[in-house]
Amino acid sequence: MERVPILKIGDVLLVSIQIDLQDQSVLSLQEDLADKIVKTGARGVIIDITAVEIVDSFIGRMFATIASMSRLMDAETVVVGMRPAVAITLVELGLSLGGVRTALDLEKGMRLLGAALPDTGAGRR
Amino acid sequence: MTTPPPEELAIGSGDDVVRVRQLVRTAAGHAGMSLVDQTKLITAASELARNTFVYGGGGAVRVEHVVNARGRAGVRIAFSDRGPGIPDVDQALTEGWTSGGGLGLGLSGARRLVDEFELETEVGKGTTVTVTKWTR
Amino acid sequence: MSGEDGGQGRIGELLRDHRESVLDRWVALVVAGLRGRLTEGELRGELTELYGLIERAAGGDGTASGELHAALADISRSRARQGFSPSETAISVFTLKQAVYEQIENAGDPATYTAFIAFSQSVDDLGLVTFETYAAAREQVIADQAEQLLELSTPVVKLWDGILGVPLVGTLDSARTQVVMEALLEMLVDTGSEYAVIDITGVPAVDTEVAQHLLKTVMAARLMGTECVISGIRPQIAQTIVTLGIEFGDIVTKATLADALAYALDHSGVAVDAKAGA
Repeated sequence: MERVPILKIGDVLLVSIQIDLQDQSVLSLQEDLADKIVKTGARGVIIDITAVEIVDSFIGRMFATIASMSRLMDAETVVVGMRPAVAITLVELGLSLGGVRTALDLEKGMRLLGAALPDTGAGRR
Repeated sequence: MTTPPPEELAIGSGDDVVRVRQLVRTAAGHAGMSLVDQTKLITAASELARNTFVYGGGGAVRVEHVVNARGRAGVRIAFSDRGPGIPDVDQALTEGWTSGGGLGLGLSGARRLVDEFELETEVGKGTTVTVTKWTR
Repeated sequence: MSGEDGGQGRIGELLRDHRESVLDRWVALVVAGLRGRLTEGELRGELTELYGLIERAAGGDGTASGELHAALADISRSRARQGFSPSETAISVFTLKQAVYEQIENAGDPATYTAFIAFSQSVDDLGLVTFETYAAAREQVIADQAEQLLELSTPVVKLWDGILGVPLVGTLDSARTQVVMEALLEMLVDTGSEYAVIDITGVPAVDTEVAQHLLKTVMAARLMGTECVISGIRPQIAQTIVTLGIEFGDIVTKATLADALAYALDHSGVAVDAKAGA
């Protein structure tokens, strides 16, 4: 089973999912994230699913679980980069992600969390 | 253009659920489905493969290419297990119903993602779910 | 059987022996039927090839009849694409009967008439092939045009930095709505836009299915971290939505495209000031 790496950028934890998720990986990611939030005192979690081709009810439920879990530990969760086909399928499946916040891409997700991006010199309006 | 032969795969672990997704992805792509339809079919297959593994105690999947009367290409997937079967089919297909701690979207959700959905089940013998999706 | 074979053979002989005059007459008849829409040169090329194949087929050559069907299908397809009518297309085949008949009359051999009936039947069969192919080709043309029309009638435009607009005009059916909505979601990702305005001022009515598609699109857009505003809902459509009991929930709707744009601008942090004197 592959484990999904969790990166720390400032006070935000970044999870970038690059593999075809099997259920066991999903469960361990939830546990790993909970541990990491406690250990680092992170204020935000970003789950980047730009590379994810399908989200079924099990994976969708993970987003909701992570969001409520992290909220209990005073951290906000944002899911970023959901592909249109994935979003359409989730709606058809009847899965609402409940309280999960979403953003188009990583940068907009960071902004939503009020976290400063590592300075890339890109000016904002 | 030749139609690829049907492919079968045993479902006995969580890894196999991922393998089913890959198998269906290849078949849907070969049938010329749009990206959205491919995603819907793979997602439905993922739900049903998990059902086969979790509730049916493992089983097998068969993926085949089909053509309907109007010459449209499609993909048909059959999941079968020799598990406990489903005592109350109507209830199992009801929105939000679950017997295994999921969100209960497995069967009813998968049904909404495909064009044809067929469920055969016998208590104590097992369950077979067959789904078909046609290219638009 | 021998009679039929002999008959076909007799026509085969006739086609061979009077090739020049029958072919000339055939070409002349077809040219007249098409009223100059194809030049005699073009037609003669086509018909000479067909004539050769028909001659071989009438002589009992099996491979020739396969080739003949293929050649006829090609011709019918190109006629269909060029916009010829069904009868203009069929005329190319059926006039051969007249040309052959006239030849038989000139020769004045009554035995050949019996053979002509069999030959006439096989020409009719060829006519049917022409028709089948013609109809199939026309259907393809129509399907292609419908698809092009769908693409043309579903534009996604950029209204502002980060704001897309989809002005929908005309009747929305389920298929078209789905195409537009998928295109819209793709564009949101491609352009990094966080807002979209779906304007349905030009849509006279919606049914449940279309309303559901609109609703699902707004929900999908939300899952992607973007927001859709629907503008220009006519009274009739509002009524439909309410009567059908479709839950539009907390979807943002605005009376006009301008209101929707103002809303999106406001929410994306752009201030619009009226210039003094305006």
